[in-house]
Amino acid sequence: MVAAVVTAIAAAEAETTGVATGAIQYAWVIALLPFIAAPLILFFGKRTPGQGAVFGIAALGAGFVMALAVLFHFVTGGGTYAPEGIEWFEIGPLHLEVGQYVDGLTAVMLVVVTAVSLAVHVYSLGYMHGDVRFTWFYVVLSLFTGAMLTVVIADNLLLLLVGWEIMGVCSYLLIGHWYEEHENSSAAIKAFITTRIGDVPFLFGIFALIFATGFTTTNIAEIGESIAGPEASSALVTAAALLLFGGAIGKSAQFPLHVWLPDAMAGPTPVSALIHAATMVAAGVYLVGRMFEVFVHADPFVLTIVSVIAAITTLGAAFLALVQDDIKRVLAYSTLSQLAYMVAGLSLGPEGVTAGFFHLFTHAFFKALLFLGAGSLIHAVHSNNMSDMGGLKDEMPVTFWTFLIGSAALAGVFPLAGFWSKDELLVGAWEHNQWLFFVLLAVAVMTAFYMTRCVLLTFFGRYVGEGHPHESPPVMTGPLVGLAGASVVVGFLGAPQLGAVFGDWVYFEHPHDADFVFWVAVVGTLAAAAGILGGYRLYRERRERDPLMAFPRAWNVLQHRYYIDDAYMRGIVYPIRDRASAGVNWTNQHVLDGAVNGAAWVTRGLATFISWIDRTFVDGVVNAVGGLTGATGGLLKYLQTGNVQWYAVLLFAGVVVLTIVFVQIA
Amino acid sequence: MIRLPFVLLFSAFLFSAGVYGVLARRNAVMVLMAIELMLNAVNVNLVAFSSSLHDVGGQIFALFVIAVAAAEVGIGLAIVILLFRNRASINVDEVNLLKW
Repeated sequence: MVAAVVTAIAAAEAETTGVATGAIQYAWVIALLPFIAAPLILFFGKRTPGQGAVFGIAALGAGFVMALAVLFHFVTGGGTYAPEGIEWFEIGPLHLEVGQYVDGLTAVMLVVVTAVSLAVHVYSLGYMHGDVRFTWFYVVLSLFTGAMLTVVIADNLLLLLVGWEIMGVCSYLLIGHWYEEHENSSAAIKAFITTRIGDVPFLFGIFALIFATGFTTTNIAEIGESIAGPEASSALVTAAALLLFGGAIGKSAQFPLHVWLPDAMAGPTPVSALIHAATMVAAGVYLVGRMFEVFVHADPFVLTIVSVIAAITTLGAAFLALVQDDIKRVLAYSTLSQLAYMVAGLSLGPEGVTAGFFHLFTHAFFKALLFLGAGSLIHAVHSNNMSDMGGLKDEMPVTFWTFLIGSAALAGVFPLAGFWSKDELLVGAWEHNQWLFFVLLAVAVMTAFYMTRCVLLTFFGRYVGEGHPHESPPVMTGPLVGLAGASVVVGFLGAPQLGAVFGDWVYFEHPHDADFVFWVAVVGTLAAAAGILGGYRLYRERRERDPLMAFPRAWNVLQHRYYIDDAYMRGIVYPIRDRASAGVNWTNQHVLDGAVNGAAWVTRGLATFISWIDRTFVDGVVNAVGGLTGATGGLLKYLQTGNVQWYAVLLFAGVVVLTIVFVQIA
Repeated sequence: MIRLPFVLLFSAFLFSAGVYGVLARRNAVMVLMAIELMLNAVNVNLVAFSSSLHDVGGQIFALFVIAVAAAEVGIGLAIVILLFRNRASINVDEVNLLKW
């Protein structure tokens, strides 16, 4: 109803002013701005007041405003904007063009990325204040944002891959930002290598899709048309879908490549909020949504695999979140779980795309909020552990209230953002995949439970840490308040009673009308309430032992993360390190070095031979010429008697001879 | 009016006397004077042809040659004076340092 009014008003405006039509043509500038800011910070940052942060904030501020203008185009009912790209290069029949593809999904992602990134940029002014590599931090932050925006806006897979890889590098750099501690650099390497394992199938997926188009294009829209055509090989498309999902598994940290995300929390907390909660990890989900045509035309078992992986991840991660003491790890496992929630939505097929992305959209705001709130806590108590916190609600009121809003939104409390997106996912699951519905419902209960535990352990009870914690400065609480506001209101964009305008922007094939099933909403709310009540009962009073330790065996398994990390270390990392690396070392020492030494020996022999030729023949000729000249000079020098009159005689004799010669000729 | 061949014979004699002086005399001053003889033989030739061909250019050229000869003698005598100061002799046979 509201949407209809908004659409009508805005459509009228668009006709007269054309503002939105203008903005959308320049959507690519949003992605360009951070790429301009990054070198500016790098080269001039240390000489400008504020150590360069101002460039990043200005770029993101401008980008956010432009992203809103682009979204306005879709609010007013505008269509997809996908102009011809600029020729990049061509290999035989393969024409590569770079350009922008702006549809509702792109616009929403642009707003999310710029909004969260802007909040994080501002927040970091306080959180990173006085850091040794403050300027460098902002360089990478800007670079990362630009890369993510490139992924969002790219109209072809190769450009998307470029942004995708830059994000990977930035993630690596930021996780290892405090690389002086071995643990942090190890976490960075782990994250990089694990996501890289996912990137390999992604790359091969791109190859498969290029092959499916008859080796002509990497343009996403053209690939979509091509594989929808009758001549597309279904086996190839199925393979491509599986490979692309492999990339998404790596980037979005789904089982079995989820192990890097909890360790990625070694990075500075604003980075965790931006990269490892709100944006980069969403790139995998985005990829699946963007390439959904491939998944639709693939064999149906692909989506079944997707749903199974989503279910394993969402349940497994939710269990792990129950037992963590490190507040960032609670949020990290929660992120895993919620990302799997989104993937579960996508696995429902075309009907689930809107729901999945709506959850991505709302989750970005409240999860960024929770991470920034956790950062504020860590900033105050200088510890990540909830066992060092407690009773902070009076000392840190702004952090407390915003964190509470974020937690409630994540738990799915009516009428906050998480409620609406979770409800839409539950409705979709009930209609299309009922066993998944029960998994998602169970996770909803656990989500509410562990967030309640987290809030109670940090803000209630008695403070047990050291020192006197204080509320964070306004540059940190400001973004918290902004994101809290967003966490309250963005849910209404998808509320069925208000027209569910989100479904008009982000959909697959045709606009999505959100169904509202009253009993599902009630069940969802009951699930959240059950989780909150359960958490409240167990953690109302602070205890020495966590009440969940009553199940020691389960507790142990969860503390060891199901032994998956250990299995990877024993099964993959150690064998490679101990055996494969020894073999590689032997090959290096004997085969490669042998080849290098052999080449050097041959070169040396040849050089000696050439040197002999040079000295004997070439030098011989030169010396002979020199000697001959010297001998001739030695003989001729006796003409120089020093007697002037003798010279004059020769001169006259010469004149006489010449005269005779000329006369004879004449 | 003296006929041209007589004048040319005279100048040839004068030139030969100059050549002999330059090649044979030991005294540097005498060598310089012999050079003047050769220049004057040239002057005589120039004036003779000028008169015979009714072209005044030759006489003007002779005037220039006289001026140049004066300058040349100035420099030549200066060299001779320096030579005498350094070697206490103006015998050109003794001035042969610049040789192999």
